[in-house]
Amino acid sequence: MENDIFKPENLVYTKTPVLNDTPMHYCPGCSHGVVHKLVAEVVDEMGIQEDTIGIAPVGCAVFAYRYFEMDFQEAAHGRAPAVATAIKRLYPEKYVFTYQGDGDLAAIGTAETIHACNRGENILIIFINNAIYGMTGGQMAPTTLEGMKTSTCPYGRDTTINGYPLNITDLLVQLKGTRYITRQSVHNAASILKAKKALKKGFQNCMEKKGTSVIEFVSTCNSGWKMSPAKANEWMVENMFKAYPLGDLKDI
Amino acid sequence: MAEEIQLLKGNEALALAAIRSGADGYFGYPITPQSEVMETLMAVEPWKTTGMVVLQAESELSSINMVYGGAAAGKQVMTSSSSPGISLMQEGISYIAACELPCLIVNVQRGGPGLGTIQPSQSDYFQATKGGGHGDYHLIVLAPASVQEMADFTVLAFDLAFKYRNPVMMLADGLIGQMMEKVVLPEQRPRRTMEQIKEQCPWATWGKPSSRKPNIITSLELDSKDMEQNNLRLQKKYKEISDHEVRYEEFETSDAEYLLIAFGACARICQKAVEEARAQGIRLGLIRPVTLWPFPYKAIAEQANKVKGILSVEMNAGQMVEDVRLAVKGNVPVEFFGRLGGIIPTPDEIVTALKEKIIK
Amino acid sequence: MGTKIKGAILVNEERCKGCGLCVVACPHDVLTLSKKVNAKGYNFATMEHPDACVGCASCGYVCPDACISVYRTKVESSN
Repeated sequence: MENDIFKPENLVYTKTPVLNDTPMHYCPGCSHGVVHKLVAEVVDEMGIQEDTIGIAPVGCAVFAYRYFEMDFQEAAHGRAPAVATAIKRLYPEKYVFTYQGDGDLAAIGTAETIHACNRGENILIIFINNAIYGMTGGQMAPTTLEGMKTSTCPYGRDTTINGYPLNITDLLVQLKGTRYITRQSVHNAASILKAKKALKKGFQNCMEKKGTSVIEFVSTCNSGWKMSPAKANEWMVENMFKAYPLGDLKDI
Repeated sequence: MAEEIQLLKGNEALALAAIRSGADGYFGYPITPQSEVMETLMAVEPWKTTGMVVLQAESELSSINMVYGGAAAGKQVMTSSSSPGISLMQEGISYIAACELPCLIVNVQRGGPGLGTIQPSQSDYFQATKGGGHGDYHLIVLAPASVQEMADFTVLAFDLAFKYRNPVMMLADGLIGQMMEKVVLPEQRPRRTMEQIKEQCPWATWGKPSSRKPNIITSLELDSKDMEQNNLRLQKKYKEISDHEVRYEEFETSDAEYLLIAFGACARICQKAVEEARAQGIRLGLIRPVTLWPFPYKAIAEQANKVKGILSVEMNAGQMVEDVRLAVKGNVPVEFFGRLGGIIPTPDEIVTALKEKIIK
Repeated sequence: MGTKIKGAILVNEERCKGCGLCVVACPHDVLTLSKKVNAKGYNFATMEHPDACVGCASCGYVCPDACISVYRTKVESSN
C-alpha cells in the first residue's frame, strides 16, 4: 500500500532535467548545490534552456558547467562579467548569466564586476558569498568577516592587517547601470522559495534592457568554516546576516 | 568599377578592413600607438551598418576576455593593443589558445621592456612566437610590412583563425600602424548569419537546442591522461599549421651571395639596403618571413646553402635571429643587427653592419 | 471519515551525500540518516517516521544535491 503514493500524478517535487545526473563535486551540504538547483529550476520553468548561456568562474563553482544541460563557458578567474558582456552584446536575444564566488567577483574580478554593472549590461550576476576561498582550502576572502578565522588569517581577520570585509553588493547599488540588486540565502525552505523568485526576476530582467541584475547569495562553506552543514547554517544566520543583511537593495 | 584607392594610416586600414571582413565584434582599450583602431571604429559606427559590435572595455584584461566570450560563442571577434597591453592579455590568450577559439589579436608594437616607449619596436617577437602566456600553445603570427597588408592580413587572419580554430596574432609595429600609405580595402563581406555560425561553429555556445548536448568551452581538465590528450591534440594541429601555412617573401635571392632576414617594417628598410648593396656590387638578397609562426625554417635553410653569410635585421636586441640560427644549423655564419628603444635602422646602417659582421 | 494529506519521499541514495540538511529542515521529524551507507560511504537520508510525512517538500528544497523526490496525495482517514 505504501508504494501507491509513488505515482507521477502525486509527484510534487523532484530534480529538474535542466540539472543533469552528474554528481556534483561540492562538499556535503554546500550552498552551491541549492543555488545550482534553483537556477536550473528557473531556467526550466521559464522555458529558456535553449536561449541561456552560463559563465562559470574559477573557484569552487569552476565545474558548474558539468551540471547544467545548457551551453556554458568557463572564464578565467574574475573575468566572467567581461565574458558575459561580449556574449550578451553579440547575442542580445540570449539570457546570459555569470555564477561567481566572492574571491572571483569581489577580489580578482572587482574591476570586471564594477564595469559590467556600470555599463548596465543586461546580464544576471549570481554571487555566492561564503566569506572564504573554498576551492583552494579555506583562505581569507574579501568578504571574510572581521575576526573570522581562515587559513591565511588563522588568528581571525585583523582589519589593521587585512582591511575590512568588502560589501561589494552595497557598492554596486550606487552604480546607475544596475537595475535589480538583492541579497538572498538558501538556508531553509522559506528562504529558498524567496531566492527562487529573485532568480526568476533576475533572468527576466535580461530581456528588458534596463540594466544589470545582481543576486548575492549569503552562503555557507561548512568545510572551510569547519562546521557541520546544519551548524554552518546557524552560524551564517547569527554572523553573516549582520554583515550582509538579506533583502532587496535596489529594484527599479 | 575601379578599386577605390584611399590614403590611410595602418591602424585605420586595420579598423576598416575589420568591418569589411564581416567581423562581429571589436573589444579594446586605448594605448599608443594603436588608439586609431578603436577611434576609427567608433567614428564609423559599424553597428549601424553591418551590425558589428564595438566596445571600449575597462582594461586589456577585460577586452581579451570579451574576445574569449565572443569567440567561444562562435562570433568573429578581435582586439588590438600595443606591447604593455598585450602583456596584460597573456592569460586570456592562453585560455583562448587552450579552448581553440578563433579570433584576431593585433599587437602594434612599441619599445619595451616595461612602459618603455611609444616608438616602434619589434621586441615582442619572442612573446608572440614562443608562447607569451603559460602552457604549450602557439598563435599563428602574421607580420605586415605595409598599410595594405594591415588591411589584407585582417581578412587572412580571420580565415586562418576559423580554418584551424586558433587565435591569430597580427604582429605589427608603431611604424606600420602610424604611417599613411595608399590602400585598397577588401570587399565588404556580409557578417555570417546564425545558420552559418551554427554550421561553421557547431562547438560554440550559442544556446543548446534540444537536438544536441550542451557545448562547453573550458580549458580545465584535472585528469592528467585527458590533459595530455588535449595537449597532443593541440600539438597535432600546430604541426598541421606548420606544414601548410608558412608564408614568406624573397627579394633578389636568385643570385645572392649574402642574405638579410627581416620582418615587418624592417623588411621594407632591408629592401632598400639590398638595392644600396647591389649598387656597391654586393650581391645581397632578402627573405622576409610573413608568418613568424610558423617560421619559414625550410626556405631559409635552402637559401643558406647558397650564400656566404646571413644577417638578421630586427628592431630589438636579437630575437628572430635565434630562429634563423635554428634554420641554418651552423652551415653559414649568422649575425644580428638591430636598433633598440624605438630607433628605426637606416639602409646605410644595415649595409655597414653587413660589411662589418658578415663580409669583413 | 475525513481526508488526510499523506506524503512520502524517494531518496536517490547513491547521489545523497548525507549532509543532513533535510533532516533538520523536516518540520515533522520524518527523516534521519540511515545507518547504512551508499557506495561512496555516505549515510544517506531515509524516512524514519514515514507516517508523519505530509509531502511539504521542505527536504527537497534544501537538498543541495537534488536527491529527493516528494510525493503527496489525499487519503481517507479512518479515525
